[in-house]
Amino acid sequence: MAFAYAPAPESRAVVDLAPSYGLFIDGEFAEGAGGELRKTVSPATEEVLAEYTQATADDVDRAVRAARKAFGTWSALPGAERAKYLFRIARIIQERSRELAVLETLDNGKPIRESRDADLPLVAAHFFYYAGWADKLDHAGYGADPRPLGVAGQVIPWNFPLLMLAWKIAPALATGNTVVLKPAETTPLSALFFADICRQAGLPKGVVNILTGDGTTGAALVAHPDVNKIAFTGSTEVGKAIARTVAGTDKRVTLELGGKAANIVYDDAPLDQAVEGIVNGIFFNQGHVCCAGSRLLVQESVAEELLASLKRRMGTLRVGDPLDKNTDIGAVNSAEQLARITALADAGEAEGAERWAPACELPTTGYWFAPTLFTGVTQAHRIAREEIFGPVLSVLTFRTPAEAVEKANNTPYGLSAGIWTEKGSRMLWTASKLRAGIVWSNTFNKFDPASPFGGYKESGYGREGGRHGLAAYLAGAEGPTSERGARDGERDR
Amino acid sequence: MNQSDRLSVLKTYKLYLGGAFPRSESGRVYEVTDSKNRWLANAPLASRKDARDAVVAARKAFGGWSGATAYNRGQILYRVAEMLEGRRDQFTAEVAAAEGLSKAKAAAVVEAAVDRWVWYAGWSDKVAQIAGSANPVAGPYFNLSSPEPTGVVAVLAPQDSSFLGLVSVLAPVIVTGNTAVVVAAEDAPLPALSLAEVLATSDLPGGVVNILSGRTAELATPLAAHQDVNAIDLTGAGAELATDLERAAADNLKRVRRPGPADWAADPGTDRLLAFLETKTVWHPMGV
Amino acid sequence: MPITVPAYGKEAAGRLASMADMTADDGALRRFLHGLPGVDAVGLQARAATLGTRSIKTTAKAYAIDLAISMIDLTTLEGADTPGKVRALCAKALLPDPTDRTAPRVAAVCVYPDMVATAKEALGGSGIQVASVATAFPAGRVALPVKLADTRDAVAAGADEIDMVIDRGAFLSGRYMAVFEEIKAVKEACVRAGGTSQSETGGGSAAHLKVIFETGELQTYDNVRRASWLAMLAGADFIKTSTGKVAVNATPPVTLLMLEAVRDFHESTGVQVGVKPAGGIRTTKDAVKYLVMVNETLGERWLTADWFRFGASSLLNDLLMQRQKLSTGRYSGPDYVTVD
Repeated sequence: MAFAYAPAPESRAVVDLAPSYGLFIDGEFAEGAGGELRKTVSPATEEVLAEYTQATADDVDRAVRAARKAFGTWSALPGAERAKYLFRIARIIQERSRELAVLETLDNGKPIRESRDADLPLVAAHFFYYAGWADKLDHAGYGADPRPLGVAGQVIPWNFPLLMLAWKIAPALATGNTVVLKPAETTPLSALFFADICRQAGLPKGVVNILTGDGTTGAALVAHPDVNKIAFTGSTEVGKAIARTVAGTDKRVTLELGGKAANIVYDDAPLDQAVEGIVNGIFFNQGHVCCAGSRLLVQESVAEELLASLKRRMGTLRVGDPLDKNTDIGAVNSAEQLARITALADAGEAEGAERWAPACELPTTGYWFAPTLFTGVTQAHRIAREEIFGPVLSVLTFRTPAEAVEKANNTPYGLSAGIWTEKGSRMLWTASKLRAGIVWSNTFNKFDPASPFGGYKESGYGREGGRHGLAAYLAGAEGPTSERGARDGERDR
Repeated sequence: MNQSDRLSVLKTYKLYLGGAFPRSESGRVYEVTDSKNRWLANAPLASRKDARDAVVAARKAFGGWSGATAYNRGQILYRVAEMLEGRRDQFTAEVAAAEGLSKAKAAAVVEAAVDRWVWYAGWSDKVAQIAGSANPVAGPYFNLSSPEPTGVVAVLAPQDSSFLGLVSVLAPVIVTGNTAVVVAAEDAPLPALSLAEVLATSDLPGGVVNILSGRTAELATPLAAHQDVNAIDLTGAGAELATDLERAAADNLKRVRRPGPADWAADPGTDRLLAFLETKTVWHPMGV
Repeated sequence: MPITVPAYGKEAAGRLASMADMTADDGALRRFLHGLPGVDAVGLQARAATLGTRSIKTTAKAYAIDLAISMIDLTTLEGADTPGKVRALCAKALLPDPTDRTAPRVAAVCVYPDMVATAKEALGGSGIQVASVATAFPAGRVALPVKLADTRDAVAAGADEIDMVIDRGAFLSGRYMAVFEEIKAVKEACVRAGGTSQSETGGGSAAHLKVIFETGELQTYDNVRRASWLAMLAGADFIKTSTGKVAVNATPPVTLLMLEAVRDFHESTGVQVGVKPAGGIRTTKDAVKYLVMVNETLGERWLTADWFRFGASSLLNDLLMQRQKLSTGRYSGPDYVTVD
């Protein structure tokens, strides 16, 4: 008899879902002006979880006005008081982390192991980290008494709904801004639950406003004339549209966009850990990660051995019910995303790369894609150039360190990269040559609120996290990350 | 023959591309006049192809310049200041003519420009220490953030300050390791073109700074749209042009610095120094 | 991959002989061991921790508990051991849960050499193996002839398995060949009088050799990987983490690393070697984590007492209490399992 793990589902009972949700504006839930409701489904089962409100331009205006009204008092609060609100929020998130993890897994499709062990701890940590900054801004290196920008319009993606919310809201509030945040259309629920956490924390009304809806809501928010700052995480395509929209305005912008990270494995790498890092790099969160290590660059002298190990390891990945505590790979977030992954993988095959996936039984309902590996990939293949945003790894080889770096940098993106070697000097040399905002050496996909995150080139601009993350929300604080659009004299405004 | 009757030798002003001094590939020139509309020189009327060549030169120089030690970049920039100091009279005359200043005021502007250059030169090996950080992450990892140059930066030099303004926008771009394509002040390009002569004799590698004279709008448009330009400083663009350029710059997500009122005589602070930097964060485990 | 053969089988010797180049002399052996891929400590620990989050419930848990019981080397290694104590332990090995005869037997009883005869007698033909520590366990700080005499004595007394300790001093000072030769010599000493060092059946003419690294003293994971290969090249049938007598004994990352070494050795030679974490494994939860590691690193082929063992004593009672809980639905207590 084999050691077959029995189902170990996390209980859904901790999550109390309402049949439908309004918009969170000025401290309370309100109906949308347009009266349109949309459905959010569990991507693992296609079950409708709840209905939510499609916010219209009128709703955006209402929310921005609420945020503007709140800005005066919120920005005038002593930093120490703002800090205490953020600490409260962090604590409530910790208290409710089981509930939020299950909710996130339901709405997003990610494995409960990840929402429980990665997303939620990082969410709470992010609020803790920035809470501590709120009364120390004078010491952050952005001048004495740096001022907030005003109302921040924030648009976040569906891959880490609550974590991206934390990355946006925590620094904005710590620096004295107020926010209007729009979660992604396929994952609105955790942001709506966050609204309830704001209520429990006693956060003054209007400081945080949550608008649900599709891209049109986001576009209306970005275009609203009384928004001072746009923070966006999502596709490069939408990022460029935002950059065009704000041209000629005073709006400050930070963009965290796509990536096509190279994960470089030298022949002196710690191979077992490299295999784990490759797996974590591309299969974490079903590969729905902008910084995913989607291009494996392996030195030819070790390629065969590494790939054998990698395939063996992929064979042990458990794909299925995201609520099962033993699931490694959950559901693809939406039918649309599944179609995109499928199309690109098919293109990989059509262009001549060799496709491999371990035998794995996929559920019959919901959106699923088996962990997949392509070998024989060249830089010319679409699967080596385009962001797939799914559990698909393209394997390329190299012969020399210079070739590895050249191939790694040969992309319009520049978000992250990985290096695997036991030789310190080679690691540092490689890290210095890579044009990427985050370089993970002998590790991958590690995140921390104290660690700045953001890309070079078409992966966007600005940094989130750390001291650097404050710059995006402070007037005159043109950070070292080419934060867009600062003007001379802005400090005096 | 009376000395005052001596016919002076005029300078042919040229572009500065990849360390060389070519004429515009278009063969075009335009008349540059002083503030009283008297002819000063024919400056090259650079074309979009010159702009393209400048980007190629800047890209080619980027690896070496950004890879040089900060100390080395600081030494070279300081050398530029030394060369400028020796040519104060020349620049004073050019600035006086270009901006309609008295000789004394022009001299003060030139001295301020030299001092600014010295100020920025000293930043080369310090900027990483104010812009970087050691990050105390919650795990057994060494985690360090360091600033790195953005890449090729297109700089539209200010129209209102042909030399001090130019120095104030150019020095902070290159001291951190970026390479630059500069569009000189449209009506007063001569100090910029003369600065090129200083740069060429100061150990600054060719291509680190490329200087174009001509119509700002004509040159800025291809630069803003150029896919191999990483950032653009719109200081020298008017509001309407700046909006168009910013929109074009979105195509490859250039870092954009918008134009705004500036007091070139004031303490510049670190804003411009920090504007064209990327932050790279490197993680490495700590274990035995 | 070559066809799998057990480390104690006679074909294994031939496979090892094909690796003779690597063990030809001190230099060759050092170059080989130092040429093994490095181990990133943080990554290894993270992988072990992730495997530790597997949630093993209901039928899987019942399976794992019985499997774990069947893999225990029920151990007493005290200066105060007496024949009475050893006989009591053997009785427990034979019938772990007197209230539930469906509970499986343990794999072996592990004692000092002078208690082997007692254990052998108590266990009779039950099939439960008698394992004896040897080679001046736990420090190993005697001359080689004494270690070999210690081993032969235990084998002569009927030991089915010998748990030897390596010379950590020699290993840490880089004298790999000395360690290698010593393991080979002890393996020879495991041959019963009149037998050969290789048998097809495993229970026959030679005691199986488990090689203890005392990983807590080797300190680095790189050393553990090198020690694993060194021991396997020298003919170890099992590699074992610890004596249980030092501050740091078996840990999940060290065991995972040894499982990976066994996997890689098997990949390249086809020789199957067993793994035994020992010391500090006290709870069902811990034991299940180890089984998960075996399952996801080496797979089903190693999930038997022939190829994976727990060196433990108090673990058994916790497994039995958990077993009772699963069958009755009530939590059990220490009065419902036997002390030995």
